Amino acid sequence: MEIIHEILKYIGLAFILIGSIFLFLGALGIYRMPDLYNRLQAGTKASTLGAMSVILGVGLLQPFWLIKLIIIIIFIGFANPLSSHALARASYRAGIKPCCEKEIDFYGKAVEKQLKKIKKNYKT
Amino acid sequence: MFFCPEIFKSMHTYKFSLKKFIYSFVIVLLIWYGFTTSFEPTELITGILISLIIAYISVKNFNCCDPILMMPSHILHFIKYFFVFIGALIKANLDVAHRVLSPELPINPGIVTFKTKLTNEFAKMILANSITLTPGTLTIDIIKNNFYVHWIDVTTEDPEKVYKEIAEPFEKILLKIYN
Repeated sequence: MEIIHEILKYIGLAFILIGSIFLFLGALGIYRMPDLYNRLQAGTKASTLGAMSVILGVGLLQPFWLIKLIIIIIFIGFANPLSSHALARASYRAGIKPCCEKEIDFYGKAVEKQLKKIKKNYKT
Repeated sequence: MFFCPEIFKSMHTYKFSLKKFIYSFVIVLLIWYGFTTSFEPTELITGILISLIIAYISVKNFNCCDPILMMPSHILHFIKYFFVFIGALIKANLDVAHRVLSPELPINPGIVTFKTKLTNEFAKMILANSITLTPGTLTIDIIKNNFYVHWIDVTTEDPEKVYKEIAEPFEKILLKIYN
């Protein structure tokens, strides 16, 4: 029993270490990337896996909390990508264009089309 | 209101459905017991009361009662999906690490589009979330059947090829569950 506890402790510490490395990489990505969308990319992925890994590590250190922490992990798995999607969508519609000039952009046309349709309905 | 007329419309034409209510009640109750992890009678009764209130408030926005989660083949598919997803998540993080740590910052970003075959709204949300967490892609918007995806390293503009590169491994499993 004692041995199992000890092993779980070291696995948990390893998870926390890996998670914090990924969180650091996410922060570095937010600093280095050129525009909002690329920053969101780096931030979302790294912070999702980083936070999940740290929380799982804490759960292995304190097995009594494991169920609560798993619920929090599932919540992060849903909420993190949703919030980054909301940020990207809102900032595109607020007029922040992607950085590079030769960039491919299918989304702009779709947004214009939708706005035209809404305006037409709004007038009549 | 101005940007999402469809959502606004659905708030007015909403009908109470018992099936959705029971689904959301059970989910909220499970979360409550997960957080308290005690089985004293006072806790149980408080949990049921609070779950009833929350389920009643949130049922009109609740949108995942269509799947029949109890069938064993569906559970197998969900487990398979989970492993595919975790693999993609780890790959995505290694990809981010590679891009961030290399000095010349190898990115070639763009926004591409593809069509999905899924019809269920909840399945679309799962697919969008999974795409956001896979290597180099970020879902910006879903308009009807079209996904708009910000891709950090664009290799092709053709919607068919984009679909094959980005969405296929997830959508194959989701189609089996939801159609």
